[in-house]
Amino acid sequence: MVSSEIDDLVGDAQDGDHRAFEELVRRTYHDSYTLALRLTGDEEDARDVVQETYLRVHKGLKKFRGDAQFSTWLHRITANCANTFLGRRGRTSTDELPDDSVVVDLNPQSDPAHRADVGDLRDQLIEALSLLPPKLRAVVVLRDIYDLPHESIAEELGITESAAKVRLHRARKRLRENLYALNEGDTDGEVEAHAG
Amino acid sequence: MPADLMRCDDVSVLLAETVDSSGPLPPTAATHLSKCLRCQAEQVQYRRILRTMKSLRGVVLSPGDELLEDVLDLVRPPATVHKLHRSDRRKAYIGGIAAAATAGAAGAIVIVTRVATGRRLAS
Repeated sequence: MVSSEIDDLVGDAQDGDHRAFEELVRRTYHDSYTLALRLTGDEEDARDVVQETYLRVHKGLKKFRGDAQFSTWLHRITANCANTFLGRRGRTSTDELPDDSVVVDLNPQSDPAHRADVGDLRDQLIEALSLLPPKLRAVVVLRDIYDLPHESIAEELGITESAAKVRLHRARKRLRENLYALNEGDTDGEVEAHAG
Repeated sequence: MPADLMRCDDVSVLLAETVDSSGPLPPTAATHLSKCLRCQAEQVQYRRILRTMKSLRGVVLSPGDELLEDVLDLVRPPATVHKLHRSDRRKAYIGGIAAAATAGAAGAIVIVTRVATGRRLAS
């Protein structure tokens, strides 16, 4: 996606060109959907979030001043909609996980540390992300995948910046624990895969 | 806190916070890290996870065309609908006027015919 083309479409859409707005949607909705799916963890929920997102984009486009890239603005709105959506739902099984829980598959055949050595870390990471409670997942996805600053993340999620930072390092810690279960009894500095 | 008093758990928190280079490790933590293989391994794991997270940015998922149509339906300008209504209304007006004109003309013909017939009978 060429940024200048997007900028042109945004400008035309702001001037009331509806076809430009439709083209803008056509070129960006995959991206919004991907983020929504990463945040909600559910395809249907993600579709609802995307629809709400573009309604807000449509209403607020004239206020978009272009200080940031359109994609960043879109990500922020998507994150905000997903947060509102998840807050309204107030459910999903992952919500019920206590904050200090660690999900570790003790089956040696599917030991994450072993698979990390031989398999694709990306797939395992996606799985580990889906196991995070939504509040932690949102922060780590927005920061580490979409590179949003702490300030923006805090604003869109309706939390303080320091809370966003705390959630971020807890999420990272949880991801690492889920991907590389540590042998806590090991004192000589060697890290071993925890095979149960 | 002296480096030798720093525990791996304390360093672990700092590693999670600073893996994206959002700030340097405090000197005591850095000293501990330089001597502790366990914490070094942990740092490598955090960096590897972060690298993989960044790579996910390039992965775009497809929801299918149905979602696109749903979104476009939502944001389609109401003017399109109004135009159709306006056009229908115009047709109705024209039809109504035409019907009224036809009825009026027919009525006039009937009246003229009756008046002419009456005069003829009277004479």
